[in-house]
Amino acid sequence: MGSAFNEMGEGPDHSAAYAEVARWLAATPPEELAAKRAEAEYLFRKVGITFAVYGEGGDPERLIPFDIIPRVLARAEWDRLAQGLSQRVRALNAFLADVYGAREILRAGRIPENLVLRNEQFRPEMEGFAPPGGVYTHIAGIDLVRTGPDDFYVLEDNCRTPSGVSYMLENREAMLRLFPRLFSRHRIAPVSRYPEELLETLKAAAPERAGPDPTVAILTPGHFNSAYYEHCFLADEMGVEVVEGADLCVENDVVHMRTTAGPRRVDVIYRRIDDDYLDPRAFRRDSMLGVPGLIAAYKAGNVALANAPGCGIADDKAIYPYVPDMIRFYLGEEPRLANVPTYLCERDEDRAYVLSHLDELVVKLAQGSGGYGMLIGPHATREQREDFAARIRANPSHYIAQPTLALSTVPTLCGDAVAPRHVDLRPFVLSTRDHVRIVPGGLTRVALREGSLVVNSSQGGGTKDTWVLDEEASSPGQSQSQSQSQSQGYISC
Amino acid sequence: MLSRAADSLFWLGRYTERAANVARGLNVAWRLDGLGTGEDWHRILVASGCEPGFMEKHGKVTPEAVVDFLVRDPDNPSGILSCFAAARSNARQVRTALTVDMWSGLNESWAQFRNSAPEDFQGERLPEFLDRVRERVLLFNGAAQDTMLRGEAFLFVQLGTALERADNTARILDVKHDMLKPGSNGTVEFAQWQAILQSVSALRAYHWIFRERLDPARIAELLILRPELPRSLVACHSRVTEVLEMIAAGQGGRRGECHRLSGEITASLRYGKLSDILEGGLHDWLTRMIGRTAQLGGAIEEFYIQGG
Repeated sequence: MGSAFNEMGEGPDHSAAYAEVARWLAATPPEELAAKRAEAEYLFRKVGITFAVYGEGGDPERLIPFDIIPRVLARAEWDRLAQGLSQRVRALNAFLADVYGAREILRAGRIPENLVLRNEQFRPEMEGFAPPGGVYTHIAGIDLVRTGPDDFYVLEDNCRTPSGVSYMLENREAMLRLFPRLFSRHRIAPVSRYPEELLETLKAAAPERAGPDPTVAILTPGHFNSAYYEHCFLADEMGVEVVEGADLCVENDVVHMRTTAGPRRVDVIYRRIDDDYLDPRAFRRDSMLGVPGLIAAYKAGNVALANAPGCGIADDKAIYPYVPDMIRFYLGEEPRLANVPTYLCERDEDRAYVLSHLDELVVKLAQGSGGYGMLIGPHATREQREDFAARIRANPSHYIAQPTLALSTVPTLCGDAVAPRHVDLRPFVLSTRDHVRIVPGGLTRVALREGSLVVNSSQGGGTKDTWVLDEEASSPGQSQSQSQSQSQGYISC
Repeated sequence: MLSRAADSLFWLGRYTERAANVARGLNVAWRLDGLGTGEDWHRILVASGCEPGFMEKHGKVTPEAVVDFLVRDPDNPSGILSCFAAARSNARQVRTALTVDMWSGLNESWAQFRNSAPEDFQGERLPEFLDRVRERVLLFNGAAQDTMLRGEAFLFVQLGTALERADNTARILDVKHDMLKPGSNGTVEFAQWQAILQSVSALRAYHWIFRERLDPARIAELLILRPELPRSLVACHSRVTEVLEMIAAGQGGRRGECHRLSGEITASLRYGKLSDILEGGLHDWLTRMIGRTAQLGGAIEEFYIQGG
């Protein structure tokens, strides 16, 4: 991957956005960077920002490695991305409203009907139901990769329960504490308003009868969930309750939470539980995490769910290749963000190409996440490729393939040295009926192993703070706070 | 507040307090061990309610086994490390209701203690280890007091702390009830009295309040009826009643059996006479008190946790 695009630039030709960071790296001895990294780890442990990995032995409470060198985007780069993200998510929401409603895109033949209606992610329970506010995916996380100065691609859409936003916020907090002077030499767009924006988004989704101040709660699977810290963090930042299924009860299609002062009505549920486990009466009967009767209450219009059930049909890997068409179909616009070229193994022509080019392609399960069960052709052994070829022939519709992209790199502290490592970016997109909002930045994930392209935290990935730089650098001379004049007087005399 | 959150906060208060109380009890046993009355290792097992579990596992009381059981043994839910783990687990479930200072203080205590090996707390290392346990709990209590929003969350932590402390003082007294019989006097008794007072941080307080030599009836009076001593039964139960009233006031006066029972217990202590308590036998009286405290804990859970 020697040809990968280095976002900071090589040698003296640094990109303008990285000028200060490059100067800082050149002026800071490696021991000092290593000391700062240790301090960062201490901070994260102290706050308890851990995620849980079970079944691998060792301490299940892990820290996602945090890299102290920020990833920088220029404002102009970000603005282009933001327009593309907003466009994409508007189209995804329109698609969801359509496939659970009039099905125009299917009737127009732009997406094969079977691909949608026979998809496991399609929820017949949602047919003919319009959620309050008309929005399905209120919170979407869109994974982007970069291969050149102007070449960004959408790697995948996450329309169900995308996680990671707490790392975006905590990484920034940690950086502010560790490197205040580096911040004062930049003008960095703040991310700290995300919780406020999220709360407004959730309130906007409330059923009308809830009035101007609806009761919002976050529904978590519980403290064994790997993202539990994030659920609590967001609840705390928004000042709402984080509830488990057992804290909620449904009576006459109205949802209440059990409180010390008796039952209290809930209007909006930001659920971080998968569809399957939401309601044992509607979906999986063996679910112990959900709330019996929740879907009936939802369909009676008494409570809003964010995101709506059934969003999985929009981010399914088999549907992904059609998103550019959705944008043209619903918005009448050309896509601003490109898809990675994708081969659907169930198409004869595509499959033939995939099978003869396995050493160049990445093969993924059409459904599934987390970087498990994928083949990275150029890095795989012959046996692994043959194994995947057999699997593809047996179940072509289960697989898609994409070219291996030369993901861009960002300088990263590895051991005692700074070296380029591949990154991706997950911005978080908030949607209401009339607005799409995106906090400038997102979660940058970095593949810490040399040459690795897999950024998932379960596979040895780390995170970085992501800076969107406003053009002019700020003047360093902020007005100083006052101090006792006598001490200054003594010194100057 | 969510009932489940209240439950976690209540038990967070109880478990942190219990960790410190077990440390206090062990400290007494360790001090008295030097005086040749080896039975104190057994008494501390009884006081902490851990005797049945211990006997099943070890069969015979040795200082090392008792210390291990009360400090480290993961099979003992009232052991110090278990208490920290349970407190942290409860705290984790109500992370949003705690301040960063409370959480990070507790999380760090847990991280410091969780991998403790016998060489960290056995033999000569024990007193230093127990001091650290008490310090970590004092830090947590201070963080709660200094940083927590004065809402229901704060009150449920306080409720747990006060109730656990009331329970502990009654148990400590009960373990030594035979030493508090009027008229007994001697070197061993004197050391025992000192140890009891120290275990509830009350030796100095005794001298300040009574300005006289140690006397069993006065010790009982101090630990049961004196409101000035923050760990006395009357002080702890008054606090429980006060906190329950504050919760009720915040909910428009919603009250239940726990409020009545708490008021009754507090009144019996506030207006009780030491001679009456001693007349029927201190042990019987304390046994009843421990039972009523447990009953009160059940009533609180029934009203706020299950009944919500």
